[in-house]
Amino acid sequence: MSLYAVQKLIYQLNRDPRERQRFQQDIERVLAEYELTQEERNAIRDPDIGLLYVMGVNGQLLMHYAALRGFEWNAYIEAMREGERKYGPVRTGLYTSAESRS
Amino acid sequence: MSLVFAGVCSHAPGIVGRKDRADPVLRDGFYAAYDRMRQAIEATRPDALVVIAAEHFANFFMNNMPAVCMGMAEHYEGPIEDEAWLGIRRTRVPGDPQLSRALIENVMNDIDLAYAQEWKFDHGISVPLHFLTPRYDLPVIPVNINCQGPPLIPLKRCYEFGRALHRACESVPKRIALIGTGGISHWPATPDSGRINESWDRAFLQRFTANRREELLAYQDDQVWREAGQGGFEIRTFIAVAGATEGHTGEVWFYAPIPIFAVGCTIAVMNLD
Repeated sequence: MSLYAVQKLIYQLNRDPRERQRFQQDIERVLAEYELTQEERNAIRDPDIGLLYVMGVNGQLLMHYAALRGFEWNAYIEAMREGERKYGPVRTGLYTSAESRS
Repeated sequence: MSLVFAGVCSHAPGIVGRKDRADPVLRDGFYAAYDRMRQAIEATRPDALVVIAAEHFANFFMNNMPAVCMGMAEHYEGPIEDEAWLGIRRTRVPGDPQLSRALIENVMNDIDLAYAQEWKFDHGISVPLHFLTPRYDLPVIPVNINCQGPPLIPLKRCYEFGRALHRACESVPKRIALIGTGGISHWPATPDSGRINESWDRAFLQRFTANRREELLAYQDDQVWREAGQGGFEIRTFIAVAGATEGHTGEVWFYAPIPIFAVGCTIAVMNLD
């Protein structure tokens, strides 16, 4: 699990226009710069917003990555719900213990 | 001089970015309350605006996360978000490094804090400024309290930071306005976005406006998480404002849950007279 690296990559993309440009030109090159598992690389590349959410990526990072990859607001919310249905509850981080939700 | 204005307001990105999807009556009432706050700030003729915000990984990450950080730059850029998504154009906001330095040095007598000479604003600051200093002509001094990446600073230290900030403001020959920005209960950027615990929010605002220290510091993070969501950790910014205005009470100018904005939209102001 290298959640830290997944979040670091998204953090850099969100705050740095040059990093976004590099990412859009050559995703594989940027992915190779971070210690990621195959599942993580795939989730970022696809992108699988639901899986990234379930992995525990902080929403304040993921929200902007979803927008960058063209997810309209409702589609972004729905992608997270779909992620929970498909992959189960959030694995770690701020959003665990989802059973307390109403 | 000292603090000439102190208040709190919401900062959620949907407030401007998704404005067309909200109930227009509620939205316009909320916007009118922001504008009333803008006029109240302007009436105090401030030299600078200190914004205590809950940053969201625009500048600070888990490689080196400050509990509290204060800006000391000539100017700031923001928002980092996509301009169309947030509904706010990217701009340059003036700072005041000399005033920042004087405040930071003074706060350091009581509280350890980090400083930053480079700082990009995200919605936590850009949304309030969009309403409160729409011409971006008032120098801003940003403060970040980490509310996102635990471990987080305890509430009692937020209150102490506020007290220290007040003493610092008294030590400089400037008129300073202060706002804290954040959500109360909310579950932002989750499948539960739009859930709001209105009774929890109203109880919190009652404690905040009464400025009863013990009641404000009685909140526990695990209980806040259960009842007010992970977004509720942002009460730290409000509690810092309470500390900065110890001995004063305030009033709520606007409160209404607006689910598409993902937060109970709030404008509250402390009476400093």
